[in-house]
Amino acid sequence: MALLQISEPGMAPAPHQRRLAVGIDLGTTNSLVAAVRNGVAGVLPDEDGRVLLPSAVRYREDGTASIGHDALARRGDDPRNTIVSVKRLMGRGRDEVAVDRGDAWRYEFVETTDSNQIRFVTAAGVRTPVEVSAEILATLRQRAEDTLGDDLVGAVITVPAYFDDAQRQATKDAAQLAGINVLRLLNEPTAAAVAYGLDHGIEGVYAVYDLGGGTFDVSILRLTKGVFEVLATGGDTALGGDDFDARLARLALQIAGVTDAMLDDAEHARLAAHARRAKEELSDASIVDVAFEASGVHRHAAVSRDAFVAATDDLVARTLQAAERGLHDAHLAVTDIAGVVMVGGATRMPHVRAAVERFFGRPPLIDLDPDRVVALGAAMQADALAGNRAPGSGDWLLLDVIPLSLGVETMGGLAEKIIARNSTIPVARGQEFTTFKDGQTAMAIHVVQGERELVSDCRSLARFELRGIPPMTAGAARIRVTYQVDADGLLSISARETTSNVEASIIVKPSYGLGDEEVARMLKDSFGAADSDMRVRALREQQVEAARIVEATEAALAADAALLDEPQITRMRCQIDAVRKVANSDDHDAIKDAVDALAHGTEKFAELRMDASVRRALAGKRLDEIA
Amino acid sequence: MDIQDNHFAFFGMPERFALDTAALDRAYREVQSQVHPDRFARAGATEQRVALQWATRANEAYRVLREPLKRAIYLCTLRGEDPADERDTRMAGPFLMQQLAWREALDEARDRHDSAAIAGLDAELDAMRDRLQGEVEAALDRDGDAKLASERVRRWMFVERFGEDVASAARSATASAH
Repeated sequence: MALLQISEPGMAPAPHQRRLAVGIDLGTTNSLVAAVRNGVAGVLPDEDGRVLLPSAVRYREDGTASIGHDALARRGDDPRNTIVSVKRLMGRGRDEVAVDRGDAWRYEFVETTDSNQIRFVTAAGVRTPVEVSAEILATLRQRAEDTLGDDLVGAVITVPAYFDDAQRQATKDAAQLAGINVLRLLNEPTAAAVAYGLDHGIEGVYAVYDLGGGTFDVSILRLTKGVFEVLATGGDTALGGDDFDARLARLALQIAGVTDAMLDDAEHARLAAHARRAKEELSDASIVDVAFEASGVHRHAAVSRDAFVAATDDLVARTLQAAERGLHDAHLAVTDIAGVVMVGGATRMPHVRAAVERFFGRPPLIDLDPDRVVALGAAMQADALAGNRAPGSGDWLLLDVIPLSLGVETMGGLAEKIIARNSTIPVARGQEFTTFKDGQTAMAIHVVQGERELVSDCRSLARFELRGIPPMTAGAARIRVTYQVDADGLLSISARETTSNVEASIIVKPSYGLGDEEVARMLKDSFGAADSDMRVRALREQQVEAARIVEATEAALAADAALLDEPQITRMRCQIDAVRKVANSDDHDAIKDAVDALAHGTEKFAELRMDASVRRALAGKRLDEIA
Repeated sequence: MDIQDNHFAFFGMPERFALDTAALDRAYREVQSQVHPDRFARAGATEQRVALQWATRANEAYRVLREPLKRAIYLCTLRGEDPADERDTRMAGPFLMQQLAWREALDEARDRHDSAAIAGLDAELDAMRDRLQGEVEAALDRDGDAKLASERVRRWMFVERFGEDVASAARSATASAH
């Protein structure tokens, strides 16, 4: 029995006050939502009992959208307004998509001059991939709230481990638009490892091979006593089951002697659907008949498994190359791997399984449903992050990595590495610059992500403009720039002139994706331009924040008041009372001021507590272990 | 320990080159279990910011201490020497000759796609690495001679860099053999 019941801030819920948090797997082909109920993680079905929500959104002329099965069912006759596989377009530019998919994207795009952001022209107006994804997320949020019977405090949303900063940011923006508080962006293979690790109680070094609808990841993890440590990750965010479908469609056209150009958009969309089904059938059958129409004429082609395997061999080889590089980065050999976990619907293909087995020299683990395992792991993590687990009931810890190196552009278009790939996050690095002109008050930094030496071969993330540098003679200023990657894998930068200790202001221009202002505008638009709705929501959020900080500070004082002296405690109690007094008023600014004052007032306390908890941990005397 | 402390003190480890890596791993996990942002996902903004700082600090300290070469460089710096200082090119003559000989041997082996010769070079580097590591340990932990340690660390840094060239040559030799 525990001697002392210690509440960590935001960790231990009062009895009967379970906080609802879900895990969402936002997939290329299908999306799903899962939650922990009565201690068990399970996926949440829709009212018709279906678990998978097809990641398809169809826009209608009246401005509304249908999402999921209904949208997918109409894709064949309304391909331009039915957006599928939008995940492959998240955080990407128009030019990249052309390279990525050739003529496979048959939507109508708006050409933009600004942030190289993709926009679709649909019957309901212009839409971005972020907005399309938000529709899918909002549908799953609604499903969860209907099933669980209350509002969500937040969600863990999974992303491919190999997603870069822009793709992660786009996913987070979509969640915000869908009204979801993101507790964490979690890498898909890591989520799967959590599900397997907790379910099977495994220890040792494992590889997770995650071939989804449109993305491929491979992560190498070490599992030690509840710590999931990612050693390396590799992958390809433009390689997945979609590509196998496309190869099978091409094969069918070849066999039938039909050229691609003979199919119109609707015929293409229907062939893609048939190809996917044929791929699934080839897992059991050795030959399938693919029927389709070309220019209104019925055609069909008999595709054998052998032909399909031969036509997709190079795709499988690409995944194994990524696995090899992951092992190399982790300084491990195939023989060090205790097991391989298969994730993603595309790993059902027998030739993929066989290739993975050959590579790793052992049969892969397939006992958890490869479509569901990511959502289940995300739900477990969401439950833990929301603070629903009782103290001491087997906490676990995830230590993940950044998948691609971060660099800055230097003279001559070279990329100087700042943070190496596979660094454990959160991670920060500093860099010192100086001015090259007298009185210079601004400078620009171009941040890129990738492994190549030339900036032009890496992916541009953003340009940061530092302003407000105190004017000095050339070379006198010392500007310390800090690049911080947080636990979501997202980059932020800050800058300070160190001789004057002046913080520079920073203007971020993302190379791809939406700027903050655009997200704010979309958020506003989503409330039907009603300014009052927006204000009500902002007020509500401020009230929730006030309640949260009061609860957290009270809990902190209850546990660690001994770290403070009397006047400090009195001051903090005054600040808590000040928040309480206004917390339920409708004066947004008054609440915000009181909350900010309390947040500021607890800064030193937060540091003292962190310091104390680390001391206790290292001394092996965690109070909750004294029994 | 304190967030301002040096990497060793931060994990409560003795400030020595020879290190109980299992104890370091344990300390790292203990600290991260306390400070990781996942422990503060529902806490206020202040606590989240503090958690981010501490978790970042723990990762940085662990990254440096876990790898022998980084740990050696760091210890030299703590003792007032900077082996990574590029302006300081002092290195004993015989070792410079050794470097040239190695480079030549690698060039030749590469031209001939001679996997065996490359593997031999790799083994030679491994032995040298072990020897240097032993000398660095003695200089730092036994003799308190940071100057000597720093000079040996510089050699070690060369061996490490050159080792990468050898490894990449080994990979391309295997690839062309297939």
